[in-house]
Parts: sequence; C-alpha cells; structure tokens
Amino acid sequence: MSMPTNVLDTVAHATGQTETKTYREAISDALWEEMERDESIFIMGEEIGVWGGTYAVTRGFYDHFGPERIRDTPISEMAIVGAAVGAAMNGTRPVAELMTINFAFLALDAIINHAAKAHYMFGGQFTVPVVIRTTTGGGRQLGATHSHSPEHIFAHFPGIQVAVPASPFDAKGMLKTALRRNNPVLFVEHSTLYQRRGPVPVDDYEVPIGLADIKREGTDVTIVSYSKMVEISLKAAEQLEAEGISSEVVDLRSLRPLDKDTVLESFKKTNRCVVVEEAHQLYGVGSEISAVIMEEAFDWMDAPVQRVSTADAPLPYSAELEQSALANPSKVVAAVKAII
Amino acid sequence: MSLTPEQRLEAYHLMRTIRRFEERCAELYSAGDIGGFLHLYIGQEALAAAVKYATRPDDNVITAYRDHGIALAKGLEAGRLMAEMLGRTTGVSKGRGGSMHLADVEKRMWGGWAIVGGHLPLATGLALADDYNGDDRVTICLMGDGSTNIGYFHEALNMAGVWKLPVVWIIENNEYGMGTSVKRASAVEELTEKARAYNMPAKRIDGNDLQGMVQEIGEAVEHVRDPENGPVLFEAVTYRFRGHSMGDPERYRTKEEITEAQRRDPIFLWAEKLIEDGVATQEALDHIGTQVEEEVAAAVKFAKESPLPELEDLYDHVYAD
Repeated sequence: MSMPTNVLDTVAHATGQTETKTYREAISDALWEEMERDESIFIMGEEIGVWGGTYAVTRGFYDHFGPERIRDTPISEMAIVGAAVGAAMNGTRPVAELMTINFAFLALDAIINHAAKAHYMFGGQFTVPVVIRTTTGGGRQLGATHSHSPEHIFAHFPGIQVAVPASPFDAKGMLKTALRRNNPVLFVEHSTLYQRRGPVPVDDYEVPIGLADIKREGTDVTIVSYSKMVEISLKAAEQLEAEGISSEVVDLRSLRPLDKDTVLESFKKTNRCVVVEEAHQLYGVGSEISAVIMEEAFDWMDAPVQRVSTADAPLPYSAELEQSALANPSKVVAAVKAII
Repeated sequence: MSLTPEQRLEAYHLMRTIRRFEERCAELYSAGDIGGFLHLYIGQEALAAAVKYATRPDDNVITAYRDHGIALAKGLEAGRLMAEMLGRTTGVSKGRGGSMHLADVEKRMWGGWAIVGGHLPLATGLALADDYNGDDRVTICLMGDGSTNIGYFHEALNMAGVWKLPVVWIIENNEYGMGTSVKRASAVEELTEKARAYNMPAKRIDGNDLQGMVQEIGEAVEHVRDPENGPVLFEAVTYRFRGHSMGDPERYRTKEEITEAQRRDPIFLWAEKLIEDGVATQEALDHIGTQVEEEVAAAVKFAKESPLPELEDLYDHVYAD
C-alpha cells in the first residue's frame, strides 16, 4: 500500500471554503453524501432507522433513503456483521453499525475470521468492501461492560483496517475513503466527541486511512495518541507550553495501517515520547509504539517511552472513581515531566 | 422436476467423481501430501448432486468445511481443487485456503468456511445483496447438524426470516457433530422443528435419495425465488461413512452401525435405479467408473505438477487496495 509521505499535503485536497461542523454532523454528512453518490451503499444496524441512531448519526436517513437502504436489524451482532460481509462479497457496499464497540465482542468471529480473512483466504477472489461503524470510549458511568476501548485488539489482525478519527475533519474524510475503497474497515467513533466542532471543507475530500497527522508541532517531546486521547494530549500540551515545554502531538488516526514513519520522524526530532491511550496498558498501542521506537530509533532515544493508559481495573460506575481510572491532561503532563 | 436420462447418468458420474476424489484425498493425506484438516464427503454425495440439478448455475452456494463434494457439483475443476489440497498456486484459492476453503466466485461457489455456523450469516448477506440489487438468484446454504446449536444459526435464520430473503437452508444431518450425536447435542431431535421459530416452512428429506431431493429442493428453490415467499429449510438425513476428519478415533459409533448405513450407500442406490429403469447397464456404469478413475488421476497429476507459491507472495491479497 503506497502512502503519501508528506502529511501536510494530504490534510485537505480541497483548498476552498470550510464550515464548522460537529463530529456527529461530519460523519452523518459523509454517509449521506456517499449514499447519494453510490446506490450500492446501504446501512444496517440496531435502531439506525426509525429511531434515528442511538447517537443520532443517521437521524433523517430513514425518511429520505427508505427501509431498503436504512435497515433496522434485530439485536444480532453476529448476523449484522456476518450478513454485511456476505452482502459485501456479493456486489454491495454495506455499512454495518454496531451500537457500541462493547457489542463488537459478540461479533468478534465475524469481524476477525470473516471480514478480515475472506479476501486473503480465497486467494483474492472475494472483496469485502464493508465498513463497520461503532463507538468507543469510557467516562460516562456506564459500568464495566459498556466502557471498553478495545480498538487495538481488532488492529492486531491483518486484513482489516481500523480507523480512529479524533476530529470532524478526519472523521468525514476517512469515512469517505472507507466507503470508496475495497477493504473492510472498522470505523471507530468516540462517544464523547460527537458534539465537538471543527472546520470541515465544503468541497468533497478524502483523508487516507493509514496516515497519521501532526495535530500540534513541537520540539521537546512527542505525544502519540488517537481518538479522544488527542484532545487530552492537546490540553496537556497547552499546560506544558505554559511551563516552557514544547510538545508535538501526533494523532495516529488509524491503528491499522499504523503510520510508523510519522511517529519516527517526530521522535527523531524530539527524542522523547509519551503515548496516551484510552485502553488498558497491557499489550496495547503504547506497547507497540514503544517497541517501534526501540527497534527503529534506538539511537535517538534520550529517555524511556512513557505510557498513559486506563488503570488496570474494569471501569467502575461511580463518577469520580471512574474518572480516576482514565487518562487526563494532568497525567499526561506528569508523564512528560518525568522524562524531561 | 425430473431428470433426463442424460442428467441421471451425469449425476452418477458426478457422485462417482466425488467418491473417488475423496478416496484419493485420504490417500494423499496419509502420504503427507495434504496437510491441515481434511473432512471427507463420502456417503453424502447425493445431496451435492441434488443441489446441482435443483438450482440454476448462477444461484449461490455456500457451505461449511466439508466442501469438496459441493465444489465439484458446482462445476469447479477437479484439478484445481486437488491443487488447492496440495497448496499449489493453481489451486482455486491459490493455496491460501486449503481443503476447507474452496471457492470460485465466477461459478458463485462462495466457499467452504471453517468456523461452525460462521457462514450462515454470510448466506443471509449473499441473499440480501441479490434482493437489494433486484437479482432473482437463490442462495443455497448447506450446514452440518452441529451448526444448528450455535448462535449464528439463530441470528442468521431469524434475520433472513424477518427480511424474507431468498435462502434455502439445508442441514446435512449425518447424525454426528464431530463425535457427538444429534440426540446428545440438540434438545429437539428433528432439526426441522427449529425452523418454526423463524416462520419458515421446513421438511425432513432422505439425504441419500437423489431423485427425491432434486424434486423437493427444486420446488423449494422456485418457491423461494419469488420475493414474496421468504426462506425455507430442509433437513437432509444422511450418514458419513468416514470419520469427522482424518484422525478421528471413532469411539462414538460401532463398526456395525457404519456397515448398516452403508447398505444405503447413495451411489449404490442410484446405480440400482439406473439399471432398474433401463437407463444404463452395469457395463455402462463400470465404464463411467473407469472414466472417473482416469479423470481423478489426471487431477492428482495436475496438482502434483503445479508450482508451490513463491514465498515472497505471502502478503498478496491481505488487502484489496
């Protein structure tokens, strides 16, 4: 897979006007515009139609596109993903919505064994242009089973791509890319980002899947993160700046493909790295980034890579207790200071 | 729907081909030429043949890992199938799939799939795509009796039922899910009863009676082709003469039970009928046997002479683009 090497070149193909959109609107617009453009796209999932989507991403779609293209399903995650994979193999472009990534555990086999393997296992005969949209993240007092951030688990497996956009711009551009290519994509939205606003080009554009983005430039430390943790990292970077520490914030944007080049390029400039992830630490994104830096930039290391992760306990219900388990700007600031 | 005399002979040829193909696979497995898991279709050939004559060539077929027989019935070349068994580049899946993953997208053979029940929602999806595109194809989904106990079965059949999708579900009840008999694994012994939960007509049929199955499945396929009607389910009662896979100690059944079942060998029954109806003489059938022997030998030769994949091609087809 060839990727543009200059990140800034790919930030926006559109050079014209932008407008302010929420993360929710950006995703909704991407779906709407692509469904208008391509009749082979349809959406299937729980409560996406008559209800309008539990996060209101597909509000208004049912009335406009009708029940054939906006298909409310039974509560059947294995079949939602499995049927979407079968339909994708047979000439359509389904978007399968899993209400939250916590329910993706029920569809693990369909995602890992079928969506990700069908193209390879039959020697390339079948293509699986399916987009599995879902939401991730904790911090909403939903208890241990509804607060996971396990997107890195899916990124372990070759054959699927895992997109984890942090901004309205990236969310819309990456979703468009996913809907126009032929790979299965797990498209992971963050449940607490839907109201966030940001500039989105008025013209059509794509953001590649597999290319990280520098969300803030800096010279003293590289903070690597993705999804909601980009926001946490940027807040930490502001606090650090007040103390005279310049942070570069790298947003991975996708966990697979993993854009090692952008991470390494930044690291070779700053020689220090903190990874911020909304998942438990063991075998996670932080572990992976640490290993990549050790293997490929050992001579540039001035300090050990630090990881800020979710505490090694199931997320509890009680608000303050739950927040204490999650990454926050103070923890990131402390991690940076520990190596500067 | 009845078969012409030519089709009846062709069906005999097909079943003999499947049988011989499987016997040769067993030999090649023992010789170490075939690796991994190998699940033979010996004893169940009539159903594969019935599906061929009960459907249109452009109808979809999808099945589980016991997939050699239906792949041959769907018209995949024996040589390319055998090459897949041997992990060769000329194999139908370029040596990436093996025995359990035989497919040909051109022939709408959508694969053997190796996770029990995993292909059931894929069948729902194949049918959904045809329905969505206004194509009048029917999807035939074969499955073992064991797959009726897994969650996929419930979800896939319910979804197909809710959306009235054109699927003919066919349970190949060969009496055992690996070594566990249907009565030890399923709360209902007649698996057709499970269809009632999904509002589907269902029927138990003799899985060794080729003509009967062509008739029953053929009618069902045309019924299902009408988008008003929705899916149906069959339970084809049959028996596998060999173990679940190679290396099955077969502690769960007796030799007497197998011998008794072999009295209703579907190929033997079909031969008897062809002679009885004056369609063929024993001599003519023996001649087909000789032809089959040569064809399967040629398939093995083709496979053995085919190149192995280049190691640098390991990453081909991980992503489509």
